Amino acid sequence: MDARSIVAPPPSGRNPGRSLHRFANPGRFLRLSGAVLPWLAAVGVALTVIGLTWGLLFAPSDWQQGDAVRIMYVHVPAAWLASAGYLGLALCSVLSLVWRHPLADLAAVEIGPVGAGFTALCLLTGSIWGKPMWGAWWVWDARLTSVLILFFLYLGHVALVRAFDDPVRGYRSGAILALVGVVNLPVIKFSVDWWNTLHQPATISFTGAPTMYVGMLWPLLFTAIGYTLVFAAIVMARTRAAVMERRIRSLLMARADEAAA
Amino acid sequence: MTHLPYVVAAYVLGVVIPGTFALSAFLRMRAAQRRLAAVDPRVKRPGAGRR
Repeated sequence: MDARSIVAPPPSGRNPGRSLHRFANPGRFLRLSGAVLPWLAAVGVALTVIGLTWGLLFAPSDWQQGDAVRIMYVHVPAAWLASAGYLGLALCSVLSLVWRHPLADLAAVEIGPVGAGFTALCLLTGSIWGKPMWGAWWVWDARLTSVLILFFLYLGHVALVRAFDDPVRGYRSGAILALVGVVNLPVIKFSVDWWNTLHQPATISFTGAPTMYVGMLWPLLFTAIGYTLVFAAIVMARTRAAVMERRIRSLLMARADEAAA
Repeated sequence: MTHLPYVVAAYVLGVVIPGTFALSAFLRMRAAQRRLAAVDPRVKRPGAGRR
């Protein structure tokens, strides 16, 4: 993407992506995100703090796992966000490849490191949980291995989008890698059903009632929603910064062109 | 709580990793806003107008 394209008006032709291009206007994005971001961050932090405190101090311990089950209130939201973040990355990649949405390129670049961070958090807390429960920090289990692959996909995306002198080539290559890597998401989801694994199967699903005690479910919902909002706020803040940095660069380039002319 | 060190370690990571990302994103955004305000006079400086 040309450094100036981020400040250029969106294309005005009639096409399916036209409504999406309304949000490609950096000024509109900065205004909208500036209003939403403080609320997103505040509510996200509040829900996370409530959920973590509830889970650590007031939620009951498990009859089998004892207090180690409290690691769930960090591990499960991190695992959910590792996959959801990658889905967001893939969505941005579609917007980038199909509609050349300039904000999608920037958002994809900013989702990568945050998603990698939350995937690392998932792997680390899973390892910490595994040691007292399984007696090992790591096993080459289908669920753990597929999440490790997801972590490497994130790292690959982070490296690839920065590997080219021409940013557009980096964005396109990163988008293709992100879309290829989507195949790993159902593998992660269904790995506990397809193979015999040490990892427990899902206790919460969209279709059935949760098989978890409600006193544990509520703090988990708080941390899951809280961490999700924090994740969104971090990505939004990073994307805002990227838009402003791009605008600074284009303004300085325009001034340099004027001075040279 | 025999598993206390494991639980504490997980919670510390659960605060430190997202907290580091959040802080760095906030600082980067503020720095970009200041630099943009210095380059483009139409943009307000962060914190300007507040008493």
